[in-house]
Amino acid sequence: MTAFTPVPARRQGNALKIALPLVVFAAAIAAWEAIVRIEGVPPYILPAPSLIARTLEADWSLLSASLLTTLETTLAGLVLAVLGGVVLAVLLSLSRIVEYSLYPFAIVLQVTPVIAIAPLLLIYMPQDVAVLACAWLVAFFPVLSNTMLGLQSVDRNLMELFQLYGAPASQDPLARLRARLKALWYLRRPAALPAFLAGLRIAGGLSLIGAVVAEMAAGSAGAGSGLAYRIIESQYRLNIPRLFAALVLLALTGIGLFLVLAALNHVLLRRWHESALDREA
Amino acid sequence: MTQLSPALVSLREITKIFSNGVTALAGFDLDVFAGEFVSLLGPSGCGKSTVLRLIADLAQPTGGSVTWPGSTGDDHRGEIGFVFQDPTLMPWANVADNVWLPLRLRGVSKRDARDRIAESLALVGLSDFAKAYPRELSGGMRMRVSIARALSLKPRLLLMDEPFAALDEIARFRLNDDLLRLQGDLRCTIVFVTHSVYESAYLSSRIAVMSSRPGRIVADISGEAPGPRSKEFRTSARYAELCAQISQVLLDQTTEERL
Repeated sequence: MTAFTPVPARRQGNALKIALPLVVFAAAIAAWEAIVRIEGVPPYILPAPSLIARTLEADWSLLSASLLTTLETTLAGLVLAVLGGVVLAVLLSLSRIVEYSLYPFAIVLQVTPVIAIAPLLLIYMPQDVAVLACAWLVAFFPVLSNTMLGLQSVDRNLMELFQLYGAPASQDPLARLRARLKALWYLRRPAALPAFLAGLRIAGGLSLIGAVVAEMAAGSAGAGSGLAYRIIESQYRLNIPRLFAALVLLALTGIGLFLVLAALNHVLLRRWHESALDREA
Repeated sequence: MTQLSPALVSLREITKIFSNGVTALAGFDLDVFAGEFVSLLGPSGCGKSTVLRLIADLAQPTGGSVTWPGSTGDDHRGEIGFVFQDPTLMPWANVADNVWLPLRLRGVSKRDARDRIAESLALVGLSDFAKAYPRELSGGMRMRVSIARALSLKPRLLLMDEPFAALDEIARFRLNDDLLRLQGDLRCTIVFVTHSVYESAYLSSRIAVMSSRPGRIVADISGEAPGPRSKEFRTSARYAELCAQISQVLLDQTTEERL
């Protein structure tokens, strides 16, 4: 069998891959700090990184509550998008009739910029539900379309093999549905996994964007206290250090979400899928 | 070839017209007898694969009939093993699970299937690779897994659609010999589609040469009896003669078409 011992040269490359961006990042932060100090830029124009860190610490109770709110909205939106997207994709893949009648609406939902729907949602629903609905709406389509693509991309010969060994001899509709479900579980589900995970990674980022967009649309009128709301509020009060602190937290949330989903992708696919394989030297 | 026992599977007056209007087969007759190694040989696009699909009930003939004279019952799919040109393994499953698939689809649990999986893998010489994933294997080994999968149901009839076409000649020769040994061990019948004169001459107990569109059988040549070949067979006069005979039929066929 193939041996998977990594060669030292590659380990070195990996270390470089992590160290290099960190060094560049640290240098950029240092330059920022230096410029602010040397030029004496006032904090309401551009706060120094050290001030942002101090604000983050001082306002932590306020900001952490906001972070939690946004995080909850984002994750709930993502979970609902995954549930809805996968269920609908499965239904569409099982029946042509369902596909023809529903898929166009999914596309309409996708191509309409959600930011334009947000004010309407805010009128129809309580604010937290409206924000959640927004996050769900933007995250939903990538899950749906990618999962559908995955479900349809089973090797044709494998499907024939399935027909040979698994399909019922009888033509009765119930037995045929059972056979389809079996094919779905044994062949389509694993075959769709890589595409689904790609959709999930896109949806994770979009769900956060959807939540932020909706919070911004809700703006100061809302009683919500998400990070985007904090940003708007800080803008009105010209509390720029806090604005930056909230921005940092948003960025960290996005990065965290991405890393978690990438790790999930790696764990689920590393044994077999090209996208997750270590490139062999 | 004259045989007294009834054919295992019998195709009569088969016509197959695809939905795009192409006539793939017309007036196609073939009897496959138990224990035979029949090669279907012909130019690409002559409907060889279609014949296999008809036998496997993966496609329905436009006219004519596919019957199983020697056996009762309508559903013969459980008696058939199918090997495609590509290994068509599930990349997400390891070798053992790939071999398990036909049994699994028939409702056999992994525990009950364990012996059968081990047996099938032993037959193709891959016992040590049960836990490996398809991408870790070479092309020849993948094809062996594909054959092991087809054997897991202990089929009476093994249908093979140019299974070795994509392999290099060394791997191909080895698999040719392994296949003959397998047939000797399992006493199954094999219908083998190929476009290689040499492969068909080496393997087959009978070579059915097909014409291209519409496909039908133009010559039925007797080969060597089924079972392993001796080392000298590839260089023997008999083998050379068979190759020459088959090539001549093919050549006549193409000149006839050109006229």
